[in-house]
Amino acid sequence: MSSIHPDQTTAQRLAGVVKTPGMQPIPPGSGDGTLIDTPGVRAPLVLNNRTFTEVTDIICGYTENAAPRWWLPMFGFAATVAGIGGLFILYLVITGIGTWGLNNQVDWAWDITNFVFWIGIGHAGTLISAILCLLKQKWRTAVNRAAEAMTIFAVICAATFPGIHIGRQWMAWFLFPIPNSNAIWPNFRSPLLWDVFAVSTYGTVSLLFWYMGMIPDFATLRDRADERLRRLGQGGPTILPFIPVRIDAVRVFAYGLLAMGWRNSGRHWHRYEAAYLILAGISTPLVLSVHSIVSFDFATSILPGWHTTIFPPYFVAGAIFGGFAMVLLLLIPSRELFPNMKDFITLRHLENMAKIILATGMMVGFAYSMEFFIAWYGGNYYEVAVFINRAFGPYWWAYWAMISCNVLSPQVFWNKAMRQSPIVIFIVSFLVTIGMWFERFVIIVSSLHRAFLPGEWHMFHPTAVDIMIFVGSCGVFLTLFLLFLRFLPVFAMAELKAVLPQASPHPHHDEPHGHGD
Amino acid sequence: MASGHSNAARPPAKGPGKNTSGKIYVTETGEQIHGILAQFATPADLFHAAETVRDSGLSRWDTFSPFPVHDMESAMGFSRTKLPLLVAVGGFSGVGLGYLMQWWMSAVDYQLVTQGKPFGAWEQFVPITFELGILLSAFTAIIGMLALNGLPRWHHPLLKKDSFLRASQDAFFICVEASDPNFDPDRTRALLESAGATRIELVEE
Repeated sequence: MSSIHPDQTTAQRLAGVVKTPGMQPIPPGSGDGTLIDTPGVRAPLVLNNRTFTEVTDIICGYTENAAPRWWLPMFGFAATVAGIGGLFILYLVITGIGTWGLNNQVDWAWDITNFVFWIGIGHAGTLISAILCLLKQKWRTAVNRAAEAMTIFAVICAATFPGIHIGRQWMAWFLFPIPNSNAIWPNFRSPLLWDVFAVSTYGTVSLLFWYMGMIPDFATLRDRADERLRRLGQGGPTILPFIPVRIDAVRVFAYGLLAMGWRNSGRHWHRYEAAYLILAGISTPLVLSVHSIVSFDFATSILPGWHTTIFPPYFVAGAIFGGFAMVLLLLIPSRELFPNMKDFITLRHLENMAKIILATGMMVGFAYSMEFFIAWYGGNYYEVAVFINRAFGPYWWAYWAMISCNVLSPQVFWNKAMRQSPIVIFIVSFLVTIGMWFERFVIIVSSLHRAFLPGEWHMFHPTAVDIMIFVGSCGVFLTLFLLFLRFLPVFAMAELKAVLPQASPHPHHDEPHGHGD
Repeated sequence: MASGHSNAARPPAKGPGKNTSGKIYVTETGEQIHGILAQFATPADLFHAAETVRDSGLSRWDTFSPFPVHDMESAMGFSRTKLPLLVAVGGFSGVGLGYLMQWWMSAVDYQLVTQGKPFGAWEQFVPITFELGILLSAFTAIIGMLALNGLPRWHHPLLKKDSFLRASQDAFFICVEASDPNFDPDRTRALLESAGATRIELVEE
C-alpha cells in the first residue's frame, strides 16, 4: 500500500487484507453499507471507519506507490492514439479542410459535433464542484476532483476543434480581439464570438477552481515527500538508477511549488473556504451560460431545426446528462482498479449519479418531443419537413440511435437493482455517451444537409481524417486522465477528511455526517 | 461574530514576521525563537484549545489542521474576511471593462455594419460582458485569497519542524508566535498545556 505505514496491522488494513474489529456493521440489503433507505439513518460517506491517517495514506498512495501494472500499457496505448490523432491534425493543417467530408451544404459536421460533445462533457464536473457544493451535497467530495479534471481535459479536447476547423489555422488568433494590421475588430454581434469568450472563460475558471482545490492536497504530498527525505537522509529511490536525483526531492520541489507554501493555517483556511464558496457561486451561472451560448451558435441562425428557443435549456440538460455519463465511465473502472477506492466512491455515489442521469435523460427526452411538437404547432412547413426528415429521412439511424441511447436506455434506472449495479450503470453510461455524440451529429448534420431548395440537398460522408481526429481526441482525453490518476491528488483529501465523523469539533452534539446532508 | 477578546489595548500588529513585542527570545543554542508549537489529538481538542488561547488575550497565533475545522473562525475569534468585497470589485471591473471594450471596438473605433443594426446597441454585448465579469471575479477570488494569506511563501519556520509536516495529514497544532506582545515562554507554555496539548516544542526562526 502506502509507502508510509507506521505498523504492519495498519499496512494490512490499508491493503484490505485484514478487517479491523469494530468496523461498522453492514445492514443487510444495503450493498456496501451505503444503500440505506431508512429515514433518519445517514449512510456513511467513507467506508471502513477510515482514520485521517488512512485517508491520507490511501489517496497519496495512488501517486506515491509504484504504478499499477495496467497503467503503463494503457498510457502507452492512449498516448499512441493521441499521437496518431495529432498526425492527422498535422495532415489537415498541411493539406486543408478539404480532407474532411464537408461539402457546400454540410459545412459543419464532425468538427463541431465533436466540439459540442466535448464541451458538454465538461459540464458535469462544474455541476459537481459548484452546484452540488452550493446545495451542500457532501457526497460530492469523493468525486469532485476527478470530475473537475475531466472538465479541464474535455475543454482541451473541445477547444481543439473550433481551432482547426477554420481552414487557415494559423489565423486562429483572429478569434480574439487583438489589434492587428487590418485595424478591424471581431464582430461582437456574432454568437460564434460569444462562444469564444464563453469557452475560454469556462476553461480558465474551471482550471482556477481545480487548482485552488488542489493547493492543500499538493501541500500534503509535499510534506509527505519531505518527511521521507528527512527520515531517509541521503537514501531513498532515485528517478532512474543512474541519475542520482531522488524522486522525493523532485516531489518536494514540484508539489511544493504548486502548493504555494500552503501550511494549513486556520486563518488561511478561513479565507480559502470563502474563496471556494465564491468560486462555486460564480461557476454556477457560468456553467449554465456556457452551453446556452454554445446553443446560440445554432439557435440565432434562421435554419429550420436550429432556430428554436428551447435550445439553451435543452443543451444545458444534455450537457449535464452526457457529462455524468462520462464521469461514471471513468470512475467505475477506476474504483475497481485502484486499491481501497471503493471506500470513497461507494455504491451510493454511483446510485446518486445514476439518478441524475435518469432525471436529465428525461429532460432531454422532453426536449426531443417538444421540438417535434413545436414544429407541428408552429405551423412552419420547413420546420416540420426537417423533423420528419430527421426521424425518417436518410439519417434515420442516427436519430434513432440518439433516441434509444439517450431516452430509452436510462429508463432501466427506474429499477432499484439496476441503478445500484456498477456494471449496468457502466453500460448505460457508455450508451449515453454514444447517444450524446449522435445528438449533436443529428442536430448539426440532419439540419444542414437539406436546405430550402432540393438542388442543395447533399449527404455527408466522413473521411478517415474526420474519424481519426475524433479518435485522437479521445486518446488525448484518456492520456490526460491517466496522467491525472498517477501524478495528482485524485480525491479532494482535505474535503474528504472534513466530512469524516471524527472531523466534527463537537463530536457529542453532532449527528454523524452522511449522504443525506 | 462576537469576538472573545479585543485588540484595542495592544499595539497594532505590523505584519507577518514583524516583532511587535520588542523582545527577542533565543534557545540555549542561541537560535531566535519563532514561537511555541503545541500539538492536539483531535479536531475537537484543537477547537476548544483555540477558544482558550483566544480568551487569553494573545493575538499572534494560529491553528493548523489538515482540513478546515467547522466554525473555527468563531473559536479563533476573527471577523469576516474582506475577500467577497474584493471579488465584487473585480467582478464589476470585469463587467465594466468588458462592456467598454466591446462598445469602443464596435461603435467607436471600427464601425462594422452588420444587418444595419445600431453600432452601440447594448443587447449584443450582454454575453461577453457577463463572461468577463465572471472571469475577473474568479481571478480576484483566487489571487485575493492568496494575497490576503501572504502566499505564495515557499519558506516558513514551521515547515522546518519535522512534527509540523503532519499538519497536512493527520495532526492538529496551535502555534503562538514569540512576537506577540503578551508572549511569555513559561506562561504561554503553561496555557497551551492546560488547553490539552499532547506535545509542546519550540520553533526556531
